[in-house]
Amino acid sequence: MSILKKALTTAALATALIAGSAHAQDGEKMRIALVAKALGIGFFEAANKGAEEAAAELGDVEIIYTGPTDTTAEGQIEVINSLIAQKVDAIAISANDTDALVPTLKKAMQRGITVISWDSGVAPEGRAMQLNPSSAPLIGNTIIKLAADHLPEGGDVAVLSATTTSTNQNTWIEEMNKVKGDYPNINVVATVYGDDLADKSYREAQGLMQSYPDLKAIIAPTSVGIVAAAQAVTDAGKVGQVNVTGLGLPSEMAGHVKSGASQSFAIWNPIDLGYSATMIAYHLAKGDATAEPGATIAIGRMGEVTLDDNTEAAMADPFTYDASNIDEFSSVF
Amino acid sequence: MSDATEAPTHTGRQIPDRLQNPLTRALQSWEALLLVVAVAIFIANSMASPYFLDPWNLSDATFNFTEKAMIAFAMALLIISGEIDLSVGAIIALASTAMGLAMQAGAGTPVLVLVGLATGLLCGAFNGLLVARFGLPSIVVTIGTMSLFRGISYIVLGDSAFTGYPSGFAWFGQGYVFWVITVELVIFTIAAIIFGILLHRTNFGRMVYAIGNNATAARFSGIRVERIKFTLFLLTGLMSGIAAICLTSRLGSTRPSIAAGFELEVVTIVVLGGVSILGGSGSIPGVVIAALVMGLVTFGLGLLNVPGIVMSIIMGLLLIGVIALPRLWSMARRR
Repeated sequence: MSILKKALTTAALATALIAGSAHAQDGEKMRIALVAKALGIGFFEAANKGAEEAAAELGDVEIIYTGPTDTTAEGQIEVINSLIAQKVDAIAISANDTDALVPTLKKAMQRGITVISWDSGVAPEGRAMQLNPSSAPLIGNTIIKLAADHLPEGGDVAVLSATTTSTNQNTWIEEMNKVKGDYPNINVVATVYGDDLADKSYREAQGLMQSYPDLKAIIAPTSVGIVAAAQAVTDAGKVGQVNVTGLGLPSEMAGHVKSGASQSFAIWNPIDLGYSATMIAYHLAKGDATAEPGATIAIGRMGEVTLDDNTEAAMADPFTYDASNIDEFSSVF
Repeated sequence: MSDATEAPTHTGRQIPDRLQNPLTRALQSWEALLLVVAVAIFIANSMASPYFLDPWNLSDATFNFTEKAMIAFAMALLIISGEIDLSVGAIIALASTAMGLAMQAGAGTPVLVLVGLATGLLCGAFNGLLVARFGLPSIVVTIGTMSLFRGISYIVLGDSAFTGYPSGFAWFGQGYVFWVITVELVIFTIAAIIFGILLHRTNFGRMVYAIGNNATAARFSGIRVERIKFTLFLLTGLMSGIAAICLTSRLGSTRPSIAAGFELEVVTIVVLGGVSILGGSGSIPGVVIAALVMGLVTFGLGLLNVPGIVMSIIMGLLLIGVIALPRLWSMARRR
């Protein structure tokens, strides 16, 4: 009796836990999975908005927005495996690791799933094409230009990046270093890593201000780092002395732009990015476009993209946000 | 996990006037409870998603737990003996990095495997030495080596990655032995059998329990406590090395962030498997079923596209629920 009761209680608990989230599947629509680096990041939530917009425009598309809890390759592999199991039509992924996802994504392609990467790319053998929000040289130039624009006399600047293994940030910093010569007054003194964690980025920013008392600007090419750095500057009472710039989300940066901790920053529009990624995945899965060097793919209201020799494409130029336009965009994403 | 923390886990229980018959005892065991949970989750999954009952999908799903469970077997023995190793994820990172270096030096698959195993053993020996020889608390030692081992990987690799492992090496993490039975699943099964025999059928296993229940009494009984603890750390290192081979092979690449957070998931499997975190009790079958439960829950929820954050909450509730239920039950019965 007691065993039976114990067993039943447990079974009921487990069933409730699992079945509670079941939902109906729609078999007729094309299912496109938009895979984020991790859930709960504003940038990817905004990309999902764009994907839903594209789905509404196309009509016969269902968006599955998913991703792991932490920004790990292992977590994304579990997510991809479950998408393969669901036999989705296309996977559009922003990768946590260029190489580690390749075997799993190859398996997805073998089972007939269209795979593209967007934002943070996958090695060529693991995807049909990669959609870059902008081109790396343009971004690299933009982030140092943003710092230089507000430093007519030049000075020390430091970079606060995400993790040491972040594909995106590393490419941009590399490109930034290539064009450093164009800004002779700007002296890049250090690159530190906040791991895209708010508390660690905050401490790294504090450390920068302590190590380099003459620091004039912090360039944070990550949406987590730039907010943490702006907060650290505000808390240190250095608004006006240290300008925080880089890449961030308008909604998270609005307060810091108004307080003056950040004069300006840039970002492409993640809504447009999610929208374009969905459009490309749709056309490739449908078979009315091919992913080969030189091919052009229509991306709805965003026009079209042309693939380069590495089957990569750039969507648009990054866009600068400052006090004049921040209110307009902070409510959007 | 010092000797002082080994408080008695059973308090105020009545002494029965006769022995239960073995069948009742088996049915009332932790493993039976877990098995019911596993079956319930399996049934719930197959009802919730049309994609669940597909041999290939279930085969893919095993990757959610095989590597972690391999380490969990050794970790179970370690926790039963009253110690813990939180550096297992970092050992994977270091072993994977060592294999990457060997690969760059032109090593073939057999050498890579040896390098992975040797690195795991060395890391385990280092932990074991600090704990068994110098009597340092294992939780402190392994929190330290967790940063140390992974730190070395970061120094070697920085923001780069090792790629281009030989194609034969992919067999461990991507290969199939027979139909949908993956190589990793076979390694998992063999490890389960070996550790099951080691813990439940050998003198060594009895000594592990004895140490976990009362290290002082065990020492007075002539058990060489330090030597056994050292061996257990070696075993944990070895299993981490094997997991490193599988994971590196599956990912086909090495980055220093590989296997981040594995240690907590391994400990979760062990605790869910009914191993007392205070040491002294637990079983390998329990750990096997716990690994299955973890794998089934994460895969089943993944099929329903439940966000990872919600999944973590559910895993947490499941852990607390499964651990609290028997205790609440016995409290209610005594009243």
